[in-house]
Amino acid sequence: MKKVIEGSHAVSEAVRLVKAEVISAYPITPQTHIVELLSEYCATGVMKARFLRVESEHSALAALIGASTAGARTFTATSSQGLAYMHELIHWTAGARLPIVMAVVNRALAPGWNIWTEQTDTLSQRDTGWLQFYCEDGQEALDTTVMAYKLAEQVNLPVMVVLDAFFLSHTYEPVDIPDPDQVDSFLPPFEPKFQLDPLNPCAFNQLSPPNVYMEMRYSMHESSLYALRAYQDIEKEFQDIFGRAYGVVEAVMCDDAEIIMVTSGTVTSTCRLLIEELRASGERVGLLKIKVFRPFPAEQVIDALRNAKKICVIDRNISFGSMGIFAQEIRASFCNESLKPQIFGFIAGLGGRDITVDTLKEIYFTAKENEHPERPDIWVNLNTEVLS
Amino acid sequence: MIEVRFHGRGGQGTVVASIILAKALFESGFYVQSFPLFGVERRGAPVEAYLRWDSKKILVRTNVYNPNHVVVMDATLLQNIDITSGLKPGGWILLNMPQGELNVNFPGYRVALVDATQIARKHGLGTRTHPIVNTAMVGAFARVFGVPDLSALKRVIMEEIPVKPDKNVDAAKEAFEEVSFIDEVKAIG
Repeated sequence: MKKVIEGSHAVSEAVRLVKAEVISAYPITPQTHIVELLSEYCATGVMKARFLRVESEHSALAALIGASTAGARTFTATSSQGLAYMHELIHWTAGARLPIVMAVVNRALAPGWNIWTEQTDTLSQRDTGWLQFYCEDGQEALDTTVMAYKLAEQVNLPVMVVLDAFFLSHTYEPVDIPDPDQVDSFLPPFEPKFQLDPLNPCAFNQLSPPNVYMEMRYSMHESSLYALRAYQDIEKEFQDIFGRAYGVVEAVMCDDAEIIMVTSGTVTSTCRLLIEELRASGERVGLLKIKVFRPFPAEQVIDALRNAKKICVIDRNISFGSMGIFAQEIRASFCNESLKPQIFGFIAGLGGRDITVDTLKEIYFTAKENEHPERPDIWVNLNTEVLS
Repeated sequence: MIEVRFHGRGGQGTVVASIILAKALFESGFYVQSFPLFGVERRGAPVEAYLRWDSKKILVRTNVYNPNHVVVMDATLLQNIDITSGLKPGGWILLNMPQGELNVNFPGYRVALVDATQIARKHGLGTRTHPIVNTAMVGAFARVFGVPDLSALKRVIMEEIPVKPDKNVDAAKEAFEEVSFIDEVKAIG
């Protein structure tokens, strides 16, 4: 049934529908409404899950590592500083091959204190082994969370479902909330391949010397690469039941485009508007939305972009001393291709600064009017008064 | 697409008003989007919330800079805030204020007044010193803009307001009837 709900609650509804059994969270800033609604559902009996209100984000994930190892379907959510505080256990979750799903609302890291949106918090966790999916609206956040469980439990890797702070997390819009029966038919109960079991006692995560560790890491990597194909199959199945699909990337009017804008998250929606406007005035522009960031869909990205002359990558994040992180990945994907478009990397919207249609238009025309990027990272709308 | 900005103070239900209207507009057949001013909220401090509606899916996901209309839940805000900032010429200003007390001119805009504070007090919403005016204001909104349907608004208030839902519906209905319209000032622009 379609209802007007908040983006963060779209995730909560998904967690209710997948019948998560253990939810843990640290409820203080930078936490969002996702776990607030879940704690209400647990307190009022709407959900039968055990809700653990722990004393830190580090403990939130530690608790889920225990619960997941014991065979429970688990969930937590966090943002920025909270995610950073989990960092040790984020590696641990993936290494232990636990199918934990976590929603992360992108917020800028402190200092300076800032609760607004920026992707550097999740992107700085890119090398941990977690799969990462970036969402554009409330519907995609709900659907992706449901699919994330199926994928995580199939490939034995944890998944981050990523939402922009405010522009998605605090925005109310119509979302189709699926029937519980349909979700049950899509997602059977979690049956772990290995679990803590007193009848079959065994040790987990023991010392792994050089003779086995490297193979464990190879296996993680192969599973992560396999997850890209597995996700596409899962999405087909999802589409058959629910009628919606997103793709690991989505190419909009890229076939004949000379310049293609590359976006992730809510900026994609605003960019869809710009594309319509520019196409109407005769500009040959396209849009590539990247939904799946880990594993990185290099093949799909190259396929969509290879015929364009110029690419504008919009990064709401920065790898200091290098460049925007999506731009890095896309440049790396093209390194062995003989035909390469000019790749312009734009840094925009850090710390929640708005990325408007005008911002995107400025980005488009900067690429159009210059043959090559003047530097690997072009910072958009810097306020020179603040800098001086 | 229509964009509306709501001005209020923390604790008056400004954000809830924008959500009730979004839900009722959705029930009336529109695509909708509503969100608060992105930041931190404090009781008594000025707050803003935004509402968009359209006949097609809303793609823009940015702040609202040039609203078509504004709704002011607390007339004391007129002393500190330029409520017409960015407001498009010819737009409505719906003010919570008793008739005859308006001593400011808003050249180029249309003004509607409703004494939501008095209506909220009469129906026992909030306390005498801190009446909760949001349901009265959404009733007045429905009168000024012709949407959402009053029946949809009533249903949404019954679902959304946990305390005294009937009284809140009564307040919305009374405010719908009690809106007064100030003659439009001619000079637009």
